[in-house]
Amino acid sequence: MTEIHVPPLLDGVEPVQSVRTPIRMEYTFTPGVAAQTYLREFGNKKILGNVSPVDGAILVPPRGADPRHGVLCEEFVEMPHTGHVGSYCVTNVPIPGRELDLPYISAWIFLDGADVGFLNLVAECPPEECRIGMRVEAVWKPDEEIATTAENILYWKPSGGPDIPFEEAGVRSWHARKKGGSNA
Amino acid sequence: MLERKVEAMRKVAIVAAASRQETKMLDTEVEMMIPLISEVKDKTGLDQTDIGFTCSGSSDFLAGQAFSFVMTLDAVGPVPPISESHVEMDGAWALYEAWVKFQMGVIDTALVYSYGKPSPGSLQDVLSTQLDPYYVAPLWPDAHAVAGLQARSLLEQGVVTAELLADCALRTGTVDSREEYFSQPMLSDPLREADCPTYADGGVAVILASEEKAEELCEKPAWITGIDHRIDAHQFGVRDLTTVPSARIAAQKAGVHDGPIDVAELHAAYTTHDFLLRKEMGLPEIPTHSQRSYPIKADTLMASGLLRIAEAARGIWEGEANRSLAHATAGPLLQQNLVCVLSGERN
Amino acid sequence: MESNERLSAPLVLEYPFTRTTGPVIGAFMTGLRERIVLGIKRQDGSVLVPPTEYDPETSQPLTEMVEVGQTGEVVTWTWVQEPRDQSPWDSPHALAMIKLDGADTPLLHAVLVDDPTLLNTGDRVRIKWREETEGHIKDIEGFLPIGEEND
Repeated sequence: MTEIHVPPLLDGVEPVQSVRTPIRMEYTFTPGVAAQTYLREFGNKKILGNVSPVDGAILVPPRGADPRHGVLCEEFVEMPHTGHVGSYCVTNVPIPGRELDLPYISAWIFLDGADVGFLNLVAECPPEECRIGMRVEAVWKPDEEIATTAENILYWKPSGGPDIPFEEAGVRSWHARKKGGSNA
Repeated sequence: MLERKVEAMRKVAIVAAASRQETKMLDTEVEMMIPLISEVKDKTGLDQTDIGFTCSGSSDFLAGQAFSFVMTLDAVGPVPPISESHVEMDGAWALYEAWVKFQMGVIDTALVYSYGKPSPGSLQDVLSTQLDPYYVAPLWPDAHAVAGLQARSLLEQGVVTAELLADCALRTGTVDSREEYFSQPMLSDPLREADCPTYADGGVAVILASEEKAEELCEKPAWITGIDHRIDAHQFGVRDLTTVPSARIAAQKAGVHDGPIDVAELHAAYTTHDFLLRKEMGLPEIPTHSQRSYPIKADTLMASGLLRIAEAARGIWEGEANRSLAHATAGPLLQQNLVCVLSGERN
Repeated sequence: MESNERLSAPLVLEYPFTRTTGPVIGAFMTGLRERIVLGIKRQDGSVLVPPTEYDPETSQPLTEMVEVGQTGEVVTWTWVQEPRDQSPWDSPHALAMIKLDGADTPLLHAVLVDDPTLLNTGDRVRIKWREETEGHIKDIEGFLPIGEEND
């Protein structure tokens, strides 16, 4: 590195090597048209999905668009509160700012009839018993705490019943369905 | 040698555009962009799979989300996988990137879009964060204040007069009369509210096509006969804020002076910027009757520049102009400038 | 749940950056902590304030740092009636480009006057240091018109 010449006044003083430059950005986030509809119904303990106008695929949660085709989805459909684990991860390290008992299971939950999954927690299930294809159901907050927030469902718990075959579980279900397979 | 290279440039035209601006939009970026992107695809009859290259411009700090452009690709339909790129710049620079791809000879069509939704956040805070992070940003000067520093230099050095700024405000529509202008209190002394932009949410989408393809897709393509962008130094102190060398050079390189300009669409958010740009680009100080001219009233950060290009193209499509100029700017105080000349004639 | 009111939620992003300075900006910040201002000589002998490692116009490496004055002249200014939340100042002030004596380029900072009628381009000003300095551009609390201290 090139040598910098500084006035003798600064000889021998501790050099500054960094400066603190914090920034803070405040937003008032507003969900879009589809997310507003979804959240309002979620506040009534209903789960909505979007129906793709292209091929009828059901997208949960609804974002107002079929992202594969770049088209608006304006049709909503009410979904059941049951589904299966498409994939999962057992985590043994805490998340800063969130209180979770360790280890916890995060999973892609595929609601029955849905073509895509979403990320959520699985609980009331020992990690070693969690598996792809395991059937789960929603555990909601007490009614008096339900609001227009994504936090209404506390977690998903095993609901019993036969597993979805591995070949049709999770994103495989989409491909399986295209090939004429079935999705519960 | 250079001249021959210019001759060898591939002709590219703007063949469709769609845009939307509103003060405060409920739609997400995806919900806002789908109708616009669908409209330009419908106008040209192109599907996403027909489009050679897709390029967008947006800002993460505006969206409040890292890599936010990735989500907006939901509006395009990137299945099967598409050739795509993004600039953290106004969409005019995304258009430039696409234009370069045409020159490489690898595409015949391109979709370019950009958008900005400042309404959920604090635009002035976002604009502060683009300034020098050691010396300037920690002082949080807002954009109007920084523009005020430039305006005072211009006024006190006699480069511009308050009357000329009043007339620009009148043309822009931020006031109805000179009297109204002079009765306004100072917002960022010596700038009045009528000198400064208001902001809007919005987006714009355009389709570009090569000389082999353009006439199939559009009755009267708006041919890009010249495009160039230049940048001035970042540090305010080393710039003479009463001049904009980058705009002057970009205008020369884009060939602004090779013929008459019928319509000039300037991304001038402040009256002072309108004046400076006109001066540097050799346009009449006050737009003549034959030369319609537009400084902007509502700025949509990341989209205003591409919107100017879309409007300049509209001038050609609607037969209002034979030759039009579009300008886009980015960075503080006209630091970066892009100039694009469009023509109704291919050659 | 039939309300048509638009749903919204606060979103706050905070970035607690600590930026490394490199040798030149670091020396400038060290100077501020010691209550002196440094510039850097450009190839033509002119002095760039605030200094950068490279000439911002030509990108030539710059190495010779020199002390400049703590008084200077207002090159241009504007008035800030309502400082924003993150501003270092909480009362109305002027924001100005100030060319310090011995410097050839102006730096951006505040001039602490109570009213815009009290300031003119060309006015002489001097640095007012913050009581505690740490090596930050905010070690300069602002500039005061010269003469005010005699009033």
